[in-house]
Amino acid sequence: MNFGNGPRGSDVLVIGAGVVGAATAYFAAQQGLSVTVLDKGLPASGTSSACEGNILVSDKELGPELELTRYSLDVWHNDLAEHKKLWEFESKGGIIVASRESSLASLNRVMAVQKGFGVDVEELDQAALREAEPHISREALGGASYREDCQVQPMLVAAHLVRLATEAGARFIAGTPVTGFMRDGAGRDGGRVTGVRTPRGDFPAGAVVNCTGTWAGELAAMAGVEVPVLPRRGFVMVTEPLPPMVHHKVYAAEYIDNVGSSDAGLQASPVVEGTPSGTILIGSTRERVGFDRTVSTAALGLLARNATALFPFLERVKAIRHYHGFRPYCPDHLPVIGHDDRAPGLWHAAGHEGAGIGLSAGTGKLLAQALAGLTPDMDLTPFAPARFGEASPQTASREEATA
Amino acid sequence: MSVTVDVAVVGAGPAGLAAAVAAAEAGARVAVVDAGNQPGGQFWRHAPETVRPEPDGHGHHGWSTYLDLRARFDAAQRAGRITYLPGLQVWMAEPGFTLHTTAAVAPAGAVPVAVTADRLVLCPGGYDRQLPVPGWDLPGVMAAGGIQAFIKANGALPGKRFIIAGTGPFLLPVAAGIAEAGGEVLAVLESSSPSAWLPHLRAASGVPGKALEGAEYAAVFARHRIPYRTRSIVTEVLGSGRAEGVRTARVDADGRARPGTGRVYADVDVVGFGWGFTPQLELPVSLGVDTRLDADGSLVGVVDERQQSSVPGVYLAGEVTGVGGAALAVLEGLAAGAAAARPDSGVPVKQPAAIVRHRRFAQAMHQAHPVPAAWQDWLTPDTTVCRCEEVTAGDITEAREELGARDVRSLKSFTRAGMGWCQGRVCGFAAACLGAGPGEAPDAGSLAASAKRPLAAPVGIGELAALD
Ligand SMILES: Cc1cc2nc3c(=O)[nH]c(=O)nc-3n(C[C@H](O)[C@H](O)[C@H](O)COP(=O)(O)OP(=O)(O)OC[C@H]3O[C@@H](n4cnc5c(N)ncnc54)[C@H](O)[C@@H]3O)c2cc1C
Ligand SMILES: Cc1cc2nc3c(=O)[nH]c(=O)nc-3n(C[C@H](O)[C@H](O)[C@H](O)COP(=O)(O)OP(=O)(O)OC[C@H]3O[C@@H](n4cnc5c(N)ncnc54)[C@H](O)[C@@H]3O)c2cc1C
Repeated sequence: MNFGNGPRGSDVLVIGAGVVGAATAYFAAQQGLSVTVLDKGLPASGTSSACEGNILVSDKELGPELELTRYSLDVWHNDLAEHKKLWEFESKGGIIVASRESSLASLNRVMAVQKGFGVDVEELDQAALREAEPHISREALGGASYREDCQVQPMLVAAHLVRLATEAGARFIAGTPVTGFMRDGAGRDGGRVTGVRTPRGDFPAGAVVNCTGTWAGELAAMAGVEVPVLPRRGFVMVTEPLPPMVHHKVYAAEYIDNVGSSDAGLQASPVVEGTPSGTILIGSTRERVGFDRTVSTAALGLLARNATALFPFLERVKAIRHYHGFRPYCPDHLPVIGHDDRAPGLWHAAGHEGAGIGLSAGTGKLLAQALAGLTPDMDLTPFAPARFGEASPQTASREEATA
Repeated sequence: MSVTVDVAVVGAGPAGLAAAVAAAEAGARVAVVDAGNQPGGQFWRHAPETVRPEPDGHGHHGWSTYLDLRARFDAAQRAGRITYLPGLQVWMAEPGFTLHTTAAVAPAGAVPVAVTADRLVLCPGGYDRQLPVPGWDLPGVMAAGGIQAFIKANGALPGKRFIIAGTGPFLLPVAAGIAEAGGEVLAVLESSSPSAWLPHLRAASGVPGKALEGAEYAAVFARHRIPYRTRSIVTEVLGSGRAEGVRTARVDADGRARPGTGRVYADVDVVGFGWGFTPQLELPVSLGVDTRLDADGSLVGVVDERQQSSVPGVYLAGEVTGVGGAALAVLEGLAAGAAAARPDSGVPVKQPAAIVRHRRFAQAMHQAHPVPAAWQDWLTPDTTVCRCEEVTAGDITEAREELGARDVRSLKSFTRAGMGWCQGRVCGFAAACLGAGPGEAPDAGSLAASAKRPLAAPVGIGELAALD
């Protein structure tokens, strides 16, 4: 495939240099395609710089997302093995803690199901839990250990994948917002997407990939198609640096319930973890308030209460910072990955919600295979953009955002 | 506990004291939150009044102004017009406005109070601006202002033999204070040159008080034989385990060390650096006020002639509107307090002429004492820039060149510079310069990213858990 026409042209044009765009560019370059990446800012200036870097198996339900997660894990461990150090890859393991009889019962149920489809999970009784996490609350009844859970530093992932892609021949241009699409004029909707328009001029391309996270709906609308990606706000709190007190990623059992929920109200379940620099991250709330950036004392209070319930010593520890980001999510909680048959030439890789860091590696590799005309290792049909039909883009997303 | 007032003032330094007094005397109910345990801020910091109930103002300038403001402050407090809340740090200002506070000294400090107010006057001052140099992370290296604060608060010295280096008139009172307290100042190294003042003399002559202060310092310098070396810098702090000496050099107009001018000072206990001040902007920035770059390269809040910021109801006074010294801070505080007490008086206010004169003077001072353009040349790749996270100049250069990190925000993400305990208060300016590249100064956007600290002060997670 060679669509590189003119000095600005390339086979693939990736819009957005978050983790998803960076991974897509990297793997497309590995496929031997000529690649251009544009971002309106610098690499990792969107949600990828306002999140946590967990790659989790423990919170996934049986279905396409779990399949993509496991595929992605394999890509992190194998295809990207030589670069692990660059982004501080750490196989730290996660522990889910239950503090009530009822949540222990549901945790046990989930574990049984997960074991059934091959997740590496081990039951921890009270003593084993104490041994793994000596500072855990006395109320904790038991837990589950997920050895596959690991983490990366997401900003470094995005920045280095962009750098590695450019070393493989790709071109990255910062500070270049895409403002519209080039079309070939044929067909009832303006025809094939043949490139993008920017204040720096037009960039023709054989394929254009929309990797703009929470902005993906806006970009899709410019091409006249609906991709309902909406923001779900999350706050994370950071403590003062301490000697190691928390050794794994520690979640409360109710985490699993919140992840899949569509409830608009403020929710939080603790994810507490130590970082190499000694700070402890306390994540994260979930609420649907559009792109509201006002700091919510309610969110901070909720995070603090949940974290101290898991680790009472945190009560006497100081928070030095907090931040928030907007998870890009679709109403059906599945990402949008693949070619958009409604606007030929346009592809999407967006809407990975609270799992985009973990899923980026697999998403990028699969999409690159498809872009190169190969059959992807995994069937992308469940993620197909066309599942949202032909509805008018604007109205639907507004309603959701204010729900 | 919570308090509801018309006007809440943050800070009880020259600006905050003046604002509180002016607002109270204009009839407003006022609350003053200050991290210090007694009024005075940085400039009028003095020994605990519990120990010395009648401070004589020795070593202070404008002490009579302080005594006057203090008397009016105490009177307003007695009359119930001012609620004074010392020992509390504001960690968040919510729009509308609510100030959330935490004890400045944990754990046995003051009880946190939530203050709700119709208007805010933010007077949080500033702190010493620092530039890294090889060896500056050794114990025994202090901020020049830190040495002064130490002397003012304790009446004792943090060492015996001192080198003071950096730029600006503020180096003079620091050195004079050390000498008067019995310490030995081996030299004051000023990177700029006195002739740099010549083009700005007119502006300077508008503020005669400053000339007087200067003459006093000259007398102290002569009495104690303190060498004042211009166009000179510390190129390296020497010592193993702690500062023991410095290597110095003469520099050209851009701050580039001139070959063959190196010199070593041995037997040094304390090295004090001061490169001007960084206004403390986290509260104004968190409320969304417009900012701009000032003549000294600092980010400052924009105000109108009534000291009101771009956010209605948020007034700014003192260093946060531009570093300009205590006298200007008092004038701005008086104007801000009066305006905040009567926001609807509607009459366009003519800015007091004294404020204009002092601003012009400050501008001249900044232009005469710039951060040397070539300061990044002093660094080696292994010079620590962020002390909290141990990030070196080499780490930052690499992030800029390989990962395209040009602003503080991405530098922070890629290198952790500014992510530690001090949240970039010490290294923020330097990191922003390094991100901009050799010889470059950071733009307002990069500095704004560095000033953005959603928690204006560390706060206990136990305290946060009590929020709803
Ligand atoms: C609090 C929180 C915690 C999280 N924790 C985790 C976790 O532990 N693990 C995990 O896997 N995921 C986590 N996530 C989710 C994860 O952060 C996201 O799924 C992921 O970052 C999305 O990446 P992206 O590349 O799709 O989007 P982004 O990172 O937002 O990138 C989109 C890019 O597109 C650019 N762009 C937008 N519009 C244009 C335009 N018109 N022209 C050019 N460029 C444009 C933007 O500048 C941006 O750089 C968390 C999210 C939040 C908010
Ligand atoms: C260390 C130091 C020494 C100085 N020495 C001299 C000198 O010798 N000569 C000279 O001419 N100038 C000196 N200056 C400059 C001079 O102090 C200022 O020009 C003047 O003090 C400005 O007054 P201000 O009211 O704006 O701020 P400040 O005097 O700094 O007062 C600010 C007050 O606000 C409080 N505060 C800040 N943030 C918060 C918060 N979030 N919550 C609660 N309280 C808060 C601080 O604790 C402080 O008490 C010095 C500055 C510093 C930093």
